[in-house]
Amino acid sequence: MEIFGVPLNALYAQLLLGLMNGSFYAILSLGLAVIFGMLNIINFTHGAQYMMGAFVAWVLLSRFGVNYWLALVLSPLIVAAVGIVIERTMLKRLYHLDHLYGLLLTFGLALVIEGLFRVQYGISGEAYPVPEALTGGTDLGFMFLPNYRGWVVVASLVVCFATWYIIERTKLGSYLRAGTENPKLLQAFGINVPLMITLTYGFGVALAAFAGVLAAPIFQVNPLMGSNLIIVVFAVVVIGGMGSILGSIVTGLGLGLVEALTRVYYPEASAVVIFVIMAVVLLLRPAGLFGRES
Amino acid sequence: MHRRLIALLASAAVMALGGGPALAQGKSVKVSDGVVKIGVLTDLSGTYSDLAGEGSVIAVQMAVDDFNAQNKSPFKIEVIKFDHQNKGDISANKAREWFDTEQVDVIVDLVTTSTALAVMEVAKQKDKITLVSGAASTPITNEKCTDTNVHWTYDTYALANGTGRAVVKQGGKTWFFLTADYAFGHSLEKDTSEVVTESGGKVLGTVRHPFPGSDFSSFLLKAQASGAQVIGLANAGNDTINSIRQASEFGVTPKQSLAGLLMFITDVHSLGLNYTQGMYLTTGFYWDLNDQTRAWSKRFFDMKKRMPTMVHAGDYSATMHYLKAVLAAGTDETKPVMAQMKKTPINDFFAKNGKIRDDGRMVHDMYLAQVKKPGESKYPWDYYRIAQTIPGDEAFQPLSKSRCPLVKK
Repeated sequence: MEIFGVPLNALYAQLLLGLMNGSFYAILSLGLAVIFGMLNIINFTHGAQYMMGAFVAWVLLSRFGVNYWLALVLSPLIVAAVGIVIERTMLKRLYHLDHLYGLLLTFGLALVIEGLFRVQYGISGEAYPVPEALTGGTDLGFMFLPNYRGWVVVASLVVCFATWYIIERTKLGSYLRAGTENPKLLQAFGINVPLMITLTYGFGVALAAFAGVLAAPIFQVNPLMGSNLIIVVFAVVVIGGMGSILGSIVTGLGLGLVEALTRVYYPEASAVVIFVIMAVVLLLRPAGLFGRES
Repeated sequence: MHRRLIALLASAAVMALGGGPALAQGKSVKVSDGVVKIGVLTDLSGTYSDLAGEGSVIAVQMAVDDFNAQNKSPFKIEVIKFDHQNKGDISANKAREWFDTEQVDVIVDLVTTSTALAVMEVAKQKDKITLVSGAASTPITNEKCTDTNVHWTYDTYALANGTGRAVVKQGGKTWFFLTADYAFGHSLEKDTSEVVTESGGKVLGTVRHPFPGSDFSSFLLKAQASGAQVIGLANAGNDTINSIRQASEFGVTPKQSLAGLLMFITDVHSLGLNYTQGMYLTTGFYWDLNDQTRAWSKRFFDMKKRMPTMVHAGDYSATMHYLKAVLAAGTDETKPVMAQMKKTPINDFFAKNGKIRDDGRMVHDMYLAQVKKPGESKYPWDYYRIAQTIPGDEAFQPLSKSRCPLVKK
C-alpha cells in the first residue's frame, strides 16, 4: 500500500523519526515555557545550555569516567547550578524591564558561552558513545529502530508529562502558577517567591541540559549543536503559545511529525516548514494554539 | 686563496641579501600604499571553522613569516582576518570594504562556494586577486571564472574523479546521493554522478538535505530503502560527521557502504577510526606524506594543536607563491603579479611542479587515501594509507572541457 507514492512502511519509519525529533523539541520548548511562564524571560541561552549539558556529560565521561546514567542526573544539576548563578547575578535585575532586555542579555550570553566552548573544543566536536545497555537496535519490520532512539522518546515523554503533572496537578505547581499571576499576593502568604523563581529557572535550565545529555550519543557534541536547534524550538514555543506547558509538549511532538512528513514528500522544505506554520499561526491566532488571549 | 674566495662569495651574498630590502633581486619592489595587505576571509565560527578558520590565518601568517625570513623582509606585509559566516552577502560587503578603504591586495582562503563566488566577482571589478583554497565547486574555474582568481587546493571534479572512480572500481556499482542543498553539494553530486556513470556504475537516486543539518536519519532511511550499494555523501564538515554517525546508528552501514566525497582529516579525527575505517577519500594534502610535509605540519601543529587540513596547506602554498610573485614582478599590481604567478611553476611541500592554467585552476597531484583501521594507526593523527597518487593532469578537469570564457580554444 502506498500513500501519495510513498510505501506505508516508509511512512511509518519517517513518522517514528519525527516523533524522536519531536521529543527533543518538546523537552526543550517545555523548559522555555516554564521559564517564560514564571520569569517572563525569553531564555535565548537555552540552546547553549542544551549544548553545555552534552559537553558536561562528555567531560564527565572522558575525564572522570562517569557513565551515561550518572551523567543524566549530574549534568543537568551542574548546568542548572551555572544557570542559577546567571539568574542571581544578572537576570534578576531585568524582571521589571521590558522582555527585550532579557532577550538581549540571554542571547549575548549564549554567544559568549558558545564562543568559549568553540575556542576550547573546536567546531567538529567530540563523539560520545552510546551507553552499553542501549547499543544495537530492534528490527520493527518497517525499519531498524536503534534502541537508544527508542529510549530517548520514552525518557523525554516521561520527563515532559511529569513536569506537566507537577505544575498543573500538585500543590507546588499551584504555588508556581499563583506566582506567575500575582507574586506580591503569594509573598504575602509567606511563600519565598524570589527563591521559587530562582529554582524555577534552574529547573528550566536542567531540562535543557537533560535534553543535551540525551542528544550527546546521537549528534556529535559540538559547540553549535544548540544554536542550530534553538531557533526551531522558539518557533515551536510561539506556535504552542508562550508559557503554555501542555501546549509546548503537544506542539513539540506534533511539529516533529509535520517535519518528518515534509522530509518524505519535499525534503528541501524541511528546514522551513515549521516557520511557515509559525507565520500562519501568528496570523490566525497570535497567542498560539494553546495560549490564552489576554 | 681558498679562504679569500669564500670571503668574496660571502660578501657578495651579504650584499645581495642585505643590501637593502628593496634591492633583494636587483630591482626595487614598488608596493602600493607601502604595504602588501593579505585578507584572510574565512569561516571563523561556523561549521567549517575547523577545516579552515583560525588554522587558515595561522597558515597564511606562517607563509608571511617564512617569506620574510627567506628574503629579509623586502617589503611590509600585513595579514588581516574576518569571519564571513559562510554568507555570500557578508563576504562581498567585507571584500568591497577591504579593497576600497583598507587597501587589501589579495584575499585568501574563501571557504564555502557562495562566499568564494561573491568575492571573486567583487575582486574582478576592483582588479584585485583572490586565492581560493577552501571552496570546492567547479563553477569557480568554469562559468564563473575570473582572470584575477586562482583556485588552489582542490575542487569537486577532482574529489569525484578520485573517490568516485576508486569506489566503483572496488565494486560499488549502484549509488544514492545524500546532498547538501546548496551550490557546493549540487556541484559535487553532479561531478560524481558523471564519474560513476562513466565508470560503469549507476545512480539510483538522490535526496537533498538543508544546510547545515543535524538530523540525517530520515534521509538515510531513504538511501537505505533505495538498496544502493554506495551512499555518496555530497556534503562536508559537521554534516558529513553526523551523516556517518547516524548511518552506523540506523544499521545502514556496513550493509551499504558510505563514500565521503569531501572529508578532511579533522572530520576523521573527530569521528574516530571506528566509524571511518576503510573509507576512501581524495585529498590534496596529507601531513604524513614525506619529510617536507611532516616538517611543515609539525610546525603548524605546535601552534594549532591539530594537524593541518589540505585547505590550510593550500593557503600557505598560495600565499607564498603570491608573495614570491610580487617580489619577482617588482610590484603588487594585479596584472603583472598574476602573469608572474602563472608563468612560475609551484614547487613546495604542497605541490610538485604545480601550474596555474588560464581558467585559474592550479593543477597539482591529488591523493586517493584510505582510512586506516584502528589497529593500523601507530601514532596520533596516523589516519591515512595513500592508495594512489593521482597525477594533476588526470585529477582535474581537462582544460579542453572547460566552460571558462577565458580559455582560448
